[in-house]
Amino acid sequence: MKPDSRLANFLLSLAPIPLALLFTTLLLLIVGASPLDAYRNILQGAFESPAKWADVITACLPLILCAAGMCITFTAGLWNVGVEGQIIMGAIFATWVARNLLWPQVPVLTTMILAGMLGGALWGALAGLLKVYGKVHEIFGGLGLNYVAQGLLIWLIFNPWKRAEGATMQGTDPFPAPAWMPHLGNLRVAPLAVFLALAAVVVVFFLLRGTRWGLELKGMGKNFRSAFVLGVPSTPRMLTAFAACGALAGVAGVVVISGVRGRLIPEVSGGMGYLSLLIALLAAYRPQWVIPIAIFFAAMGVGSTRLELNMQLDSALGGVIEASVVLAVMLVGGWRALLAQRRRQEVQP
Amino acid sequence: MRVELIEIHKHFGPVRANDGVSLTLEPGVIHGLLGENGAGKTTLMKCLSGYQTPDSGTIRVDGEKVTFRSPAEAVQRGIGMLHQDPLDFPQLRVLDNFLLAFDRRLLPDRRRGRALLREIGQRFHFELDPDAEVTSLTVGERQQLEILRLLALGAQVIILDEPTTGISAPQRVLLFATLRRLAEEEGRSVVFVSHKLEEVEQLCHRVTVLRHGRVTGEAEMPCPVERLVEMMFGRSLPPPKCVPVEPGPVVLHLEGLSIPSDRLVVEGINLEVHAGEVMGLAGLEGSGQRLLLRACAGLERVTAGRIRLAGQVVTHAPYRRFLEAGVAYLPAGRLEEGLIGGLTIAEHFALTNRKGPFFVDWAAEQERAAQHIAQFRIVGQPETPVEALSGGNQQRTQLALLPPNLRLLLMEHPTRGLDVESADWIWQQLLARREEGTAIVFISADLDELLERSDRIAVFFGGRLSAIVDARCTTVEQLGYLIAGKEAGA
Repeated sequence: MKPDSRLANFLLSLAPIPLALLFTTLLLLIVGASPLDAYRNILQGAFESPAKWADVITACLPLILCAAGMCITFTAGLWNVGVEGQIIMGAIFATWVARNLLWPQVPVLTTMILAGMLGGALWGALAGLLKVYGKVHEIFGGLGLNYVAQGLLIWLIFNPWKRAEGATMQGTDPFPAPAWMPHLGNLRVAPLAVFLALAAVVVVFFLLRGTRWGLELKGMGKNFRSAFVLGVPSTPRMLTAFAACGALAGVAGVVVISGVRGRLIPEVSGGMGYLSLLIALLAAYRPQWVIPIAIFFAAMGVGSTRLELNMQLDSALGGVIEASVVLAVMLVGGWRALLAQRRRQEVQP
Repeated sequence: MRVELIEIHKHFGPVRANDGVSLTLEPGVIHGLLGENGAGKTTLMKCLSGYQTPDSGTIRVDGEKVTFRSPAEAVQRGIGMLHQDPLDFPQLRVLDNFLLAFDRRLLPDRRRGRALLREIGQRFHFELDPDAEVTSLTVGERQQLEILRLLALGAQVIILDEPTTGISAPQRVLLFATLRRLAEEEGRSVVFVSHKLEEVEQLCHRVTVLRHGRVTGEAEMPCPVERLVEMMFGRSLPPPKCVPVEPGPVVLHLEGLSIPSDRLVVEGINLEVHAGEVMGLAGLEGSGQRLLLRACAGLERVTAGRIRLAGQVVTHAPYRRFLEAGVAYLPAGRLEEGLIGGLTIAEHFALTNRKGPFFVDWAAEQERAAQHIAQFRIVGQPETPVEALSGGNQQRTQLALLPPNLRLLLMEHPTRGLDVESADWIWQQLLARREEGTAIVFISADLDELLERSDRIAVFFGGRLSAIVDARCTTVEQLGYLIAGKEAGA
């Protein structure tokens, strides 16, 4: 490749950012707000102080966990949209541990994490079982299971696990102190949660790249029939892929309740399942790319709350920017493929 | 119209499908394009007809340089191609398929289209019912429809890629008459892509031979066959060798087997296949032989009867048990069911290495792939994605992936679409396996292949096993009768 075309390639790969900014700028101009003010507010809201940094990191950790898990299911050609439900089930299992096992901090946190993984894995595997034995497509199965999990969560918060003073949308009573992940000084970030998210990315990276299991999932994702005929045991691989993704989503649930909230809340998943699906798509199922993309998404989310306070704009603008980046990346990806094809055609002696 | 292809290069990854090919097509000439599988014939023609764009090289039409970005642009300049598999819309009727080609208005003029279809059809004695659905047509009739479509679009250069595969003998006679008329009477140029020497001899005025992506020779016909063979393969073919092997113990035992399917029910199959035996399965397509073969691999649901593998009953066992018992199945759809497009050759070796460790040893798999590539003479690298290989090399890769010491090898059309040399080579590999005691069961539509390679042939008709014959004392005619549902010699 010639140096100038390599530079062009690099510049093209950055093109989605100005494109997405252009789109949101137009949107802001239409509603009569100053785009520069809006972007400054978002950036300040996300990065102006260590406390803000901590918020961004805390917000990105569950996204990283879920998106890393989805790299597994996407590689296997599975659309695991049941991540929301898997987060919730992880949180529910961990909450049971926090309420019932009054142990010291290390054993109780360890057990909560393991219970969260179990809950998420079971819920993920259930979507897989429905697909294999019930012929329910995983998209429908996953969506259905999300609603079931949400219903179970609300029932638990309003009935057996309601607060001493009465049921409320605020969630359950706070956990006993040992069931809280310790924070870093007086910042709202739990080092244990950071470790869990980074470990998830590393483990998924090596599972997908270096193991038979990962290779078999890749084969299934590219051509299910051939992989089966070549001897890949597709049913167990599919179920373990769902369970592995579910387990990581379950950990995300634990991180939210034990690392941030200290109790079980009705909006524990809060749309993270769908947001992390976009992150995994944007990362093209490569776990190493999940981290920067998740940080960007989290910064948009944290920073855009400032819009409401300072500019009377809806904080949904952050979501608009996130979504337009995803669309712009897809669009530019399509253009680059087209350009590469054209260039090959134009190389003439 | 005169078409020149100059120095065409087309690479797929490291595979040089076309490596500087030049070719001139004159009006009124049937031009044969000959070469073994993977020689680059189809790629060259796809470049000419706009399905692919060459990496470099020039195409001139009547002296003017052209670039085609789509088949539609090529057809506009009068160049049209007929593919190995007809590219039509099977759900639509013949007339609609025909109209789709040129009448793109919201309300197409069906009456005019119908008249035009009849007029061109009659000119070439093609009898197509405009109201029939394309699914009900034979491959030969679909080919006729494609030719009519290209003619209606005004194609001056008509390219046919292996057009005689899958069509009946009378259809072939009609096709050849049509092609002669298109060239000799109407002054169009015809490109006939084939690896069948006999057909090229019968039909073509001029022949260009490709090998490994390069032109190895050109000849005016008639031309001695030995010279063509030498240009194709670089040397003359050794005579096929037949090693008789004493059949060993029974490997596969079928008793009263019934296999249901949507279209056809296979019933009452009794069959024994011995170690070291080659059993051919004959029959018209859809007579039940494929269902039976897949049932023997554990890939079809069996409703009655028993399958025994080396004495063990495995009738309802999962596919995995069959694999563990030493059964291998090579499907006809190489990229559909056999190999995984998007994975490299080395990745295929790692994937099928069932005894490999949990953490893949990539260096070792790379090495193993390289060894097999050399041993099986695959044109490619360990890093080559399988979809970049030619059909013949994909078949070699499938064979290379088979584990050693198989008990039963099941194959659909093991040499379909391959040239004589590749086919011979593949059978040498298979014969080496039978000498190790592997039983081979294969489906073929090629009667010569069935008779030449099998010990016994099981003939299927309408879902039943109608006869089992000894291949050594059966003639092509007798086998033909049996396949058509008649008694041999009747």
